[in-house]
Amino acid sequence: MAAGAKLVPFAGWEMPLQYVGIRHEHLAVRHQAGVFDVSHMGQIETKGPQALALLQRLLSNELRRNPEGGAQYSVICREDGGVLDDLFTYRLAECHFLTVTNAANHERDLAWFRSHAVSFDADVLDRQADFAMLAVQGPRARALVGELADGPLPARMHCCERNVAERPMLVCGTGYTGEEGLELLLDPGQAPTVWDALLAAGATPVGLGARDTLRLEAGFHLYGNDLSEDRGPIEAGLGWCCKEQTGFIGAEAVAAARAAGPEQKLVPFAIVGPGIARRGNPVSGGGEVTSGSFSPCLERGIGMAYVAAELALPGTPIEIDVRGTTRTAVIERKPLYRKES
Amino acid sequence: MADASYPDDLHYHPEHDWARVEGRQATFGITWYAQDALGEVVFFDPPEIGTQVAKDAPYTEVESVKAVSDVFAPLSGEVVAVNEALADKPETINEDPYGEGWLVKVNLSEPSEIGSLLDAGAYETMLE
Repeated sequence: MAAGAKLVPFAGWEMPLQYVGIRHEHLAVRHQAGVFDVSHMGQIETKGPQALALLQRLLSNELRRNPEGGAQYSVICREDGGVLDDLFTYRLAECHFLTVTNAANHERDLAWFRSHAVSFDADVLDRQADFAMLAVQGPRARALVGELADGPLPARMHCCERNVAERPMLVCGTGYTGEEGLELLLDPGQAPTVWDALLAAGATPVGLGARDTLRLEAGFHLYGNDLSEDRGPIEAGLGWCCKEQTGFIGAEAVAAARAAGPEQKLVPFAIVGPGIARRGNPVSGGGEVTSGSFSPCLERGIGMAYVAAELALPGTPIEIDVRGTTRTAVIERKPLYRKES
Repeated sequence: MADASYPDDLHYHPEHDWARVEGRQATFGITWYAQDALGEVVFFDPPEIGTQVAKDAPYTEVESVKAVSDVFAPLSGEVVAVNEALADKPETINEDPYGEGWLVKVNLSEPSEIGSLLDAGAYETMLE
């Protein structure tokens, strides 16, 4: 708060939208290191002899492929394949998992976990109030956190317990920006101290405005925009994290959608020329923009849209009705922004 | 961005637009408050020369990274010039909202409308 944030309400939280400016913060993450306060994210702990079996019913990915100390992305589906949430699950031990939920879905996810847990020997615990979450992202993020840590940092898609700035936490090699980086899960009472230490070490405070432009350039989904109960994982381009042979809830519907092929597909696009498409703008031939913004790195309008499957090939031009003006866009490959290596 | 300022020589519309009147012609722009609320402007879609604008009605849009916002005409008239430099440098609207960041020049059709606009003091009072 001391960093001069503009705050907006979101899912019951006061959220830092921006500190200095979205473009400045966005570029800090692309070129150096930024830190986000994402403490609104929820956490569900699942443990017990049948924790793995329970989660394998709930989550679309293949849990046994997530080793101890591993991180794995998946979706939660209803029986009809509609997506309830997309989330990361960290495997803390053989029978012990921590799942990070989207804030707006946390209560629903928790109820869903608990209603299915009754037939398993596993405990489901609401841990949202027990964790603050800071994401440190950017090409300098690892070096910056490494100097404050008491041991080696986890590899990408792994996690481990560490002290950072002399505070204990779960350090995770994950993020939502397309950059190298870490996510830190820690006691909320200790978060201000760690936040200050990260800023002192050179991290730029970054708000949720830049978090959205960064994830959009990277091609990551935002639940509520690009994912919803009305859409399945196949049309959303998330078939890669669905392993239907595991028998997760919704697996039959997902398998059927995969076999039949979806009518529409979610694609990333970039506007040709001026203009910025926004969420809800219709696409000619059916479908609509689900996320749209200005790309600070590409300096043009970008976004994601559901379009007719026959149009969903990179290089295909599409027409978007942007508040009465027709704008031409081209379907691109993910990620829209590819970091310099 | 500079600090908040509301020059005395301008007329202000409650939708956060200003007009600088010179005879029968006026220059329009958005106020410091409007550009600060929007954040970094990344796109300005100018109206065409000859467009008729009506007081209190939106006549164009400015977009920041996070949002698009209608721009309201503080006075009625015909657009006779648009700020072409904003196509390449829309951030000028943030940097100099009352100078280089002007949007359009308009030949006024109802100069008497000026009387209903706010002066700088009244506009600042409205913001509080």
